Amino acid sequence: MKSKDTRKTGFDKFKNILDFWATNSEEGGWNISSTDEGSQKMLEDESEKQVKIQMGSDVVDDFVIDEDTSDDERMIVNMGPQHPSTHGVLRLQAELEGEVVRRVKPIIGYLHTGMEKTGEELNYFQGPTNTTRMDYLSPLFNELVFSLTTEKLIGIEVPERAKTIRILMTELNRISSHLVALATGGMDIGALSMMIFGFRERELILNFFEKTTGLRMNHNYIRPGGVAADLPDGWQKDVKEILKVIPEKLQDYDDMLLDNPIWKGRLQNVGILTTEECFAYGITGPSLRASGYEWDLRKSQPYSGIENYDFEIPVLKEGDVFARWRVKVLEIFESLKIVEQAMEKMPKGPYKVQDKKITPPPRKRLDESMEALIHHFKIYTEGFKVPEGDAYVAIESPRGELGCYIVSDGSSKPYRMHVRGPSFCNLQALPVIMTDSPIADAVAAIASLDPVIGDVDR
Amino acid sequence: MNPEVIETNLDDYKKLVESSKSDGFEMMVDLTAVDWFRKKEPRFEIIVQLLSTIHNLRKTIKVFVNDEDLTIPSITDVYPSANFYEREVYDMFGIIFSDHPDLTRILMPDDWQGYPLRKNYGSGRIPVQFKNAPKVD
Repeated sequence: MKSKDTRKTGFDKFKNILDFWATNSEEGGWNISSTDEGSQKMLEDESEKQVKIQMGSDVVDDFVIDEDTSDDERMIVNMGPQHPSTHGVLRLQAELEGEVVRRVKPIIGYLHTGMEKTGEELNYFQGPTNTTRMDYLSPLFNELVFSLTTEKLIGIEVPERAKTIRILMTELNRISSHLVALATGGMDIGALSMMIFGFRERELILNFFEKTTGLRMNHNYIRPGGVAADLPDGWQKDVKEILKVIPEKLQDYDDMLLDNPIWKGRLQNVGILTTEECFAYGITGPSLRASGYEWDLRKSQPYSGIENYDFEIPVLKEGDVFARWRVKVLEIFESLKIVEQAMEKMPKGPYKVQDKKITPPPRKRLDESMEALIHHFKIYTEGFKVPEGDAYVAIESPRGELGCYIVSDGSSKPYRMHVRGPSFCNLQALPVIMTDSPIADAVAAIASLDPVIGDVDR
Repeated sequence: MNPEVIETNLDDYKKLVESSKSDGFEMMVDLTAVDWFRKKEPRFEIIVQLLSTIHNLRKTIKVFVNDEDLTIPSITDVYPSANFYEREVYDMFGIIFSDHPDLTRILMPDDWQGYPLRKNYGSGRIPVQFKNAPKVD
C-alpha cells in the first residue's frame, strides 16, 4: 500500500510540472490548447490535400502550388557535400519553390581518386587491391568482377571450391551491404534504433570476413585464378551462427518497422520510379526489382555457378521508397538461402587454379624448388601476361549491375580498365525521383537509392 | 555470355544506336572510351554496352573518333542514361559529344587542365592545387 501511495504522489508532482509547461502558469490544466497562433491557424486551414502532401502520400499528381508564386519563395539550396544523409560526399543543388523541389542537380567528384588511371599501372595480380576500394560496402563484388574479366581474357576456369567460396563470400557481402543500406536508410528517416541494429548484425559478418581474409573491408581476397586463402578451420560454426542470428534479427526489424505507421507514412508513395524510368536511366538491382520488373543477373546471366543454387528473386510492384526498402530485406533472406546451400555443398579440392603461370607457388615450395622460386619471382615482379583482347563482364552487386571492361594489349598490365559502377548510374535517377516532391522526402529518396560515393567517383 | 560486337563508323553510329533501341535493347548500361595513342589510327575508341532484358542479350558498339575533330553525336536523346557517361568520357578523354544537354566536367574540378585518362597524361604529373586554397610551397 505504502509504495503505491508514493508512486501516486510522484505522478502528481510530474503532472504539475507538465501543467506548468503547457500553460506557463501554475493554474490551468490539460485541456488548454497551444497558444501558438500560427499552429492554430494551420489547423483550421488544413485541407485534406494539404495533410496528404505533408504525409507524403500524394505525390502521384505532383504537388501543385499557386500560379502566383513570387520569386521570394524560389531559392537554390545547396545540400552537402558534407551532409550526413548523403552517404559520403554527394552534393545536391536543389531549386526550391516554397517547400517543393523543382529542379535538382547531383554534383559528384569529391571522392575521385583516379582509380581507373591507377588500374592501368598495376598488373593483373595487383588489380583487385585497387578495385576493392571502389565500392567499399561490397568490396568482394568488385574483386570478383575484376577477376572474372581477367579470367575471361585468359580463358581459364577456376576450380569448383574456389567458385563456391566466391559465392559464399559474395552473398555474405550482399547481406552486410544491405544491412548498412537498411541501417543508414533508417537513420536518415529518423529510425535511429535501425541504425544501431543494422550495424550490430553487420559486425557478425565482418568478423567472419576478418577471420577468413584478414581484413574487415578492402579484402583483396578474390583474385584472378581463385581466392587468396582457404576458409579458416571451423568456418561452418561461424556461418551457422550467422544463419541463425540474422533471420531472428530481421524479424525484429519487421516487428519494429513493417506495420509502423510513421515508417509507412514517410516511405509509401514517396519517390516513385516506374519500370520505364528505370530502363531509360539504366537503373538495375533492387531499385529495378522494386519497380515490378524481374531482372537479376544471377538468374539471367549467371556467374561462378550461381545457377546451381535454389533461390528466388523478390519483386515488388509499387516502385516507391517503401518497396525499395522491402526488397532489400527480402533479398537478405534469399542470400541466406544461397549461403546455406554453399555451406552444405562446399566441395573439397584446390581453391586456386593449378596453373603455375598464374598462381604463385606456396611459400614452402620456395626452399625446395628452383622453378618455384622463379615462378614466384616472375609473378610478383612482372605479373602474368594476358592475351590481347577486350572483355566486359557484369555481375549482380547489391546495388545493381556491376560491370568491368578491360582492354589488354598482351602485357601484364591492363591497357584500359573501366568499372561500370551501379551507384554512378543509379544517381542519374535522383532528379527524376526528387523533382516536384517535398524537400522532406529528398533524404528518403537518396537513402533508398543507396549510393556509395566510392563507387560513384572511383 | 559473349555480347554481339558491332564495329561502326561515326556516320552510322547514331542510326545504329536508334535501331538497336527499337530492336529491344532498352537499356544502355555502359559507355566508355579507350585511347590508342600511337597504336591505332584514329586515336580514340568509344565502346557502348547495350542490354536487352527481354531477349537477355548484350550488344557492344565500337566506334572510332578522330584526334583532329574529336566530336561524336550524343545519344542522350535515345538513352537518357548516357548523360553521366558521356560527361565522364568528356572529362577524362576530352571527346566532345555534340548536342549533349550539359557537357561539363563531372569528376574532376571545373577548372582542371588536361584530360587524365589519355595515355600521354602522366599520373602524378600535376601537383594538386584546389581553387581558393592557400598555397603550400
